[in-house]
Amino acid sequence: MKQNQPALLQVQDLVVGYRNTEVLHGVSLEVFPSEIVTLIGCNGAGKTTFLKSIYGAPRPRSGKILFRGEDLGRLPTHQVAKQGLSLVPEGRRIFPGMSVLENLKMGLSARAQLEGSEADLVWIFELFPRLKERSSQRAGTLSGGEQQMLAIGRSLMARPSLLLLDEPSLGLAPLIVRAIFETLKQVAAEGMTIFLVEQNANQALRLADRAYVLTNGRISLSGVGLELLADPEVQRAYLGGH
Amino acid sequence: MAKTRLIQRILAALGAGIIAFILVGPIMGLKIEGYDFVANWTSPLTLAAFVCIARLVLGYVPLDRIRHSHSDTAPRQTKRSPVQVAALGVLLVVLAASLPFFASKYWISVSIIALIYVLLGLGLNIVVGLAGLLDLGFVGFYAVGAYGYALGFKYFGLGFWGALPTGALMAGLFGAILGFPVLRMHGDYLAIVTLGFGEIIRLILNNWLDVTGGPNGLDAPPPTFFGWEFKRAATQGGVPFHEVFNLDYSPQVLDSFVYLVLLAAVVITIYAVMRLRRMPVGRAWEALREDEIACRSLGLNHVTIKLSAFMMGASIGGVAGVFFAAYQGFVSPVSFSFFESALVLAIVVLGGMGSLTGVVLSALFLTMMPEFLREFADYRILVFGFAMVLIMLWKPRGLVQMRRPYFGLRGN
Ligand SMILES: Nc1ncnc2c1ncn2[C@@H]1O[C@H](COP(=O)(O)OP(=O)(O)O)[C@@H](O)[C@H]1O
Ligand SMILES: [Mg+2]
Repeated sequence: MKQNQPALLQVQDLVVGYRNTEVLHGVSLEVFPSEIVTLIGCNGAGKTTFLKSIYGAPRPRSGKILFRGEDLGRLPTHQVAKQGLSLVPEGRRIFPGMSVLENLKMGLSARAQLEGSEADLVWIFELFPRLKERSSQRAGTLSGGEQQMLAIGRSLMARPSLLLLDEPSLGLAPLIVRAIFETLKQVAAEGMTIFLVEQNANQALRLADRAYVLTNGRISLSGVGLELLADPEVQRAYLGGH
Repeated sequence: MAKTRLIQRILAALGAGIIAFILVGPIMGLKIEGYDFVANWTSPLTLAAFVCIARLVLGYVPLDRIRHSHSDTAPRQTKRSPVQVAALGVLLVVLAASLPFFASKYWISVSIIALIYVLLGLGLNIVVGLAGLLDLGFVGFYAVGAYGYALGFKYFGLGFWGALPTGALMAGLFGAILGFPVLRMHGDYLAIVTLGFGEIIRLILNNWLDVTGGPNGLDAPPPTFFGWEFKRAATQGGVPFHEVFNLDYSPQVLDSFVYLVLLAAVVITIYAVMRLRRMPVGRAWEALREDEIACRSLGLNHVTIKLSAFMMGASIGGVAGVFFAAYQGFVSPVSFSFFESALVLAIVVLGGMGSLTGVVLSALFLTMMPEFLREFADYRILVFGFAMVLIMLWKPRGLVQMRRPYFGLRGN
């Protein structure tokens, strides 16, 4: 279905490390336009490292990262953000002293053209009505869930073609995680491609079209989200099942 | 609960007093007279009592509130309409500009110094208040501006009007030179390196005798107005200002002129900073202060943002330096000690970190107040410090809480 188009993000044999430790030992994966792909793995598997290496910090030791067929390999971090990817970083990283609205507008800095940004703001407020209610509130006083919504909204303001999320469920109550994932589904339904990095395998696999499992810096499994959810190995390792 | 806290504080205060006594007792309490030690315990005891009281007072200083300066309230947007702000601004400027026509020479010179510190505060406010980069060596750029003028005059015959842009440019360049090595530093480390930078500049000025004149300093000429000088009799070939306009000579005219030009520079700077804060670069400074990693993931180049903050701030400091040199007619390294950096930092912190109104008010306050305290003579600095502590207790986030300009979608 979706896979007869060329891949939006194509990562080949990515090797990444910090100084004298190697974290990723040859990771390959692909994300096709308008699908939701998730990468699940335990704490310390190298998920964040994978996302950060797309932004060139740290730079991959070998392997290729192709976005729309173009190599991101040598671009400086701030340039990568202008290629049409947008990262919702681990731990949200909103600007606490700025208002909700100001935070959202910071997302514009990675945007190619400002045209249509007013409409996007309206769209984001529709996705997260909570943010609209609090648009003039100081972002640091938002609850954890609201901050996560804000971080996602801020990234969406850049109008990316690929939205990268690093553990959006981190530290949030299951109910809120479900609400946020529902919204992500809605965003994807409008044509956005989503690459979700998660430790919360249960929820992520339910949301995703396809999934990869990262174990100790290698892709150990991959497949359709719901099928992986039923996989006994995934059950044992990530879902506490028997 | 409250009782145990009180007891803890009293114990801490007593402990501090005892330690102070142990430390200073032998030094201050024992004197050698002839071959004997004479014990005199009153002065160390007084000191220990003082430390005791100070420690007790410190217990009531809300250090946490001072350190974590984020308030819980929403950032306030400017409430008054732009027309009102402009009208108020014009009124204040007209009032300030009329000062030389009624004030005494003494108050004009106090006002000049105050305005120089306003300019310095505005410059450092960009670096510390907006971009959040703790810079303890800001006096370095002030010195670059001042010496830029004096040296430029000595070696290239540079005049005041040429020195203003040159000084700004040179200080900006020094800002970049300092900016590069400290790009990767944060917080305390940045503070220490910038402190070193300020001292290095002062030491160079102090020791490079052949060029800078060392501790003897250098002359800096007073400004001219379209080539007319503010002197009783002009130097060869020149025409004094008072003859052109058929006025009686008065040395106050020069001060008034410096004051008015300086006021214009302050107004232009305030306007420029206000504009900058609404522009993407100004937003980026603030975002950088809040979260550098988020900035980078949003496509902002932290290198250029930091450098631009350092350079903008430094340029304004450089202009302040040119005014200082022109007004004093003389520059020497003593004017550029660490104390100046600390004072300018105090202006920014007291003003509320980022607030323009706050910076202007606190600069005026901190430079004018010592003048009002002259009667206290020796206790001036003590009263001054006490007043600052009181203000920080009363308003831990500075005199004026920062107001953000409304940030619209299309750049403005
Ligand atoms: N800056 C760093 N320097 C050295 N090692 C790091 C750094 N960041 C992460 N690591 C190591 O890389 C491994 C993977 O970390 P990370 O990518 O954050 O995992 P995950 O996001 O999957 O929890 C961990 O063992 C971690 O200790
Ligand atoms: Mg992680």
